[in-house]
Amino acid sequence: MLLLTCPHCGVSGDETEFAPGGEAHLKRFGPGSSDGEFETYLFYRRNPKGVHFERWRHAFGCGKWFHAARCTVTMEVFGTYPADVTEPPAELVETIRAKRPEWEGF
Amino acid sequence: MSEPVSAIQGRAASGNAKGLAIGLTDAGPQGMVTLRGDLSSPALAAAVQEAVGVSVPGTREANFAGGRGAVWMSPDELLLRLPYGDAPAATAAIGKALDGEHHLALDVSDARTVIRLTGEDVPEVLAKCAPVDLAPGAFPVGSARRTHMGQIAVAFWRIAETEWEIVALRSYGHHLYDWLAASAKPGGKVGVF
Ligand SMILES: [Zn+2]
Repeated sequence: MLLLTCPHCGVSGDETEFAPGGEAHLKRFGPGSSDGEFETYLFYRRNPKGVHFERWRHAFGCGKWFHAARCTVTMEVFGTYPADVTEPPAELVETIRAKRPEWEGF
Repeated sequence: MSEPVSAIQGRAASGNAKGLAIGLTDAGPQGMVTLRGDLSSPALAAAVQEAVGVSVPGTREANFAGGRGAVWMSPDELLLRLPYGDAPAATAAIGKALDGEHHLALDVSDARTVIRLTGEDVPEVLAKCAPVDLAPGAFPVGSARRTHMGQIAVAFWRIAETEWEIVALRSYGHHLYDWLAASAKPGGKVGVF
């Protein structure tokens, strides 16, 4: 069971209040892209053992989307942040580096 | 003309000597207006004040006065509570007041079931139903929370020390009522608070 803090309403809620939305920060390829790029966008995911950036929605709460960084091995949640950014905030990256020195970075 | 009825048609119960100190009452048809927009807008604040006589609630808060109120639902959404018959006119007035400002006001009075909870053991009962911290001090008067009870979405707020409201979509009304009633049965007190 994950405990996630929604950055929009401040609730620290059980995982059951949230709906997962898959890997975060995907680059979208649409009309005009190559088949290879489109395939990558649709199907290729990092699926890391360790630090992972994800999309979540506070489905049984304020209804808003946000991002979460967590460890897929220990389930530790490093932090959450709003979904309107293309990369994780610098201080969150620092936090993760301090806890996971072997992490290859975002 | 047909009269509005609530989904659970006046069901009510109160705790007996061996049960928990809680009363469950169908609040009956209640006026509910969904208002979406910029919650920091002065025009929106004025429209809310005009409609329900309270200021715009802060994050996860509910402001009530004299049976009317406003509940914070999300960073851009409020639920206004008022008498059933007042909702259509209030919705129209908000639309007029916010004309030209990006917003949505909709009378959703018939969308939900409202159950009134009274008594000092309300936190005790709700804590068994929803994953929300209801320990003493954690959910003071004026707090509001959207969450879930099992598979159904609910929202509840604390109007006074021993007075709460809980809402769920209309078709879940009986399910919600039965669940609360079962949680308040004699012998159901957990006693951690
Ligand atoms: Zn939220």
